[in-house]
Amino acid sequence: MTTFDRAPRLRIDELLSDMRVNVIVCTGSGGVGKTTTAAALALRAAEMGRKVCVLTIDPAKRLAQAMGLTVLDNTPRHVAGVTSESGDGELFAMMLDMKRTFDEVVESHADPVRAQQILSNPFYQALSSSFAGTQEYMAMEKLGQLRADPNASWDLIVVDTPPSRSALDFLDAPARLGSFLDGRLIRILTAPARGAGRGLGRIAAMGFSFFSGVLDRILGAQVLADLGTFVAAIDTTFGGFRERADATYALLQARGTAFVVVAAPERDALREAAYFVERLRTSDMPLAGLVLNRVQTTLAAELSSEQALAAEQRLQVSGTDPMAAALLEIHAERMNLAARQHHLAERFTAAHPGVAVTAVPALAEDVHDLDGLREVGRQLAAK
Amino acid sequence: MTGPLWPEVCLHVVSGKGGTGKTTVAAALAMALARDGKRTLLMEVEGRQGIAQLFDVPPLPYEERKVAVAPGGGEVWALAVDAQEALLDYLESFYNMRRAGSALRKMGAVDFATTIAPGLRDVLLTGKAMEVVRRRQKNASDAYDAVVLDAPPTGRITKFLNVNSEISGLAKVGPIRNHADLVMGVIASPLTTVHLVTLLEEMPVQETIDGVSELREAGLPVGGIIVNMTRNALLTDDQLESAIAGRLPVDALRASLVSAGLGAHVDQVLPGLIDEAADHAHRVMLERRERQRLTELDLPVVELPFLTGGIDLGALYSLAHDLVDGRMA
Repeated sequence: MTTFDRAPRLRIDELLSDMRVNVIVCTGSGGVGKTTTAAALALRAAEMGRKVCVLTIDPAKRLAQAMGLTVLDNTPRHVAGVTSESGDGELFAMMLDMKRTFDEVVESHADPVRAQQILSNPFYQALSSSFAGTQEYMAMEKLGQLRADPNASWDLIVVDTPPSRSALDFLDAPARLGSFLDGRLIRILTAPARGAGRGLGRIAAMGFSFFSGVLDRILGAQVLADLGTFVAAIDTTFGGFRERADATYALLQARGTAFVVVAAPERDALREAAYFVERLRTSDMPLAGLVLNRVQTTLAAELSSEQALAAEQRLQVSGTDPMAAALLEIHAERMNLAARQHHLAERFTAAHPGVAVTAVPALAEDVHDLDGLREVGRQLAAK
Repeated sequence: MTGPLWPEVCLHVVSGKGGTGKTTVAAALAMALARDGKRTLLMEVEGRQGIAQLFDVPPLPYEERKVAVAPGGGEVWALAVDAQEALLDYLESFYNMRRAGSALRKMGAVDFATTIAPGLRDVLLTGKAMEVVRRRQKNASDAYDAVVLDAPPTGRITKFLNVNSEISGLAKVGPIRNHADLVMGVIASPLTTVHLVTLLEEMPVQETIDGVSELREAGLPVGGIIVNMTRNALLTDDQLESAIAGRLPVDALRASLVSAGLGAHVDQVLPGLIDEAADHAHRVMLERRERQRLTELDLPVVELPFLTGGIDLGALYSLAHDLVDGRMA
């Protein structure tokens, strides 16, 4: 297959067997097969003899079942049926429970009374279950926890990223949440708890009364009160929220991390992939390469679509064998689609010549068992 | 004989799993609704500038712009809604507080309110759609005949639209609550309907089925299912079966290909053509299964063809035409 003849080849087996790499983050826009790619990489690494944990966000039901993930309990589960030559390989899989992860962060940092205050606050409940960035933040938090777990012996963690509005959200969300919880706004909001004016200066105090006046009109007094209590509880307990987000961010820049950008050979998905590649570069985050899923292959490349259509025309005219004509039409369509994908892929490579690429052919059916994942893994690593 | 299925609807919300082409479908729907001299607004809310890329125009500001003409002299306008701008808009139109809004922005409060405060962002985005829809009721000069909202994906659509319950945990009374009620008054009314875009593949179909039941549970109006990128079966049912079973008549096919002038490399290409026919047959069968699952939803379904050449303005016209034929507009 020649989808990416100009791009350097992404050597999956070298990546998976590199013992210096201990975190692989799969990212890309929605609907491109990130979860399947993450699971296939993790399984392949495990069968190469590594101890792997794959953190998935929202796997399709049948794929989750295939990995033994029948309950969402926020802890890695051993996946049965994984075999490696050395016998050392192991695979664990888990599904992220966003709210529970957030609750655990609170519980581990606050005394029980304070923790209860936070957990029962309506603002916290809304934040932990529906804020658009919480999932991203908690995915990173969970990654940090898995890395730090003294009882676990994973030497590789593969992370699937949340289905964000844009793939970039997941990088920005932790910092954004961190800066909110640790920023100037919070100080103003918590001013009453600390005695407004004291230690803040007159200007900030004025800022607060102006600010709370406006918020009062928009949100209503009750929301503001809930927010104030929440923020005060958070602030006194762990003002270091931002430090946590920063630490996670630093982990993503560390040498042991490799990003794999996943895309489909379509305009929009490749555009998102290009943004992400640029973003990783500017943020000093190590990019391993691009996985291009669902690539159309052709099985009779010697016959061009033009030749096929010309022959089909002749058969149509003679009307002797409609089935043969149909076969030629099927082939011509396939050649055309492959050519268009090839063109899009070449454009990506022209703009990002250094990015290594591996392509996975379009599969007839969705993957929902370990054999299916093994096959994807083989395709990912194919020479 | 057959007019549009939703003549009373003014707000068409289009959702779908990532990769199903919901922006393309939303744009084609806006174009279909604008035919015969009508004026429609196509709105996006996810900050991706998908509309600008689709219509090949510069990135859209927070301002209504004409992006295309529709068959019969209609106009398609577009708006990229930005939550921060929508908040300032809201402050101005409801409280006459734009200056205060700018001060809040400097303090980071606007960023906070639109990205951190749960639910608020969605109220602002849907609130903008509501404002545009209500122009028509007021017979405003800048009113549109229909509004098409390119909405967040199926997995998040119910939460996105159900602003009332999202905000209720936070604000039981107060101005923002009143605003949410107002928005809900339009979204959960006969003025609105939600269409879901899918492909004939397992995961998108499953998400569509789940999405429909979530929307129904939340009491939100479900419109039609738009099956995007469908491909015709090129073989008869008997041939499909033979192709899957590996029983295609190899010798007869070889003879036909030779007669069609492919004699020089017939042996080289024939096995590949037969395998491609089997792949085709597998896909057709899978699509039939998925199509069957969709019909069980008991909703209007319209199919749009896969366009090998990609999507440009001409393709949008053609898809718009198909949507009209399918009574979506």
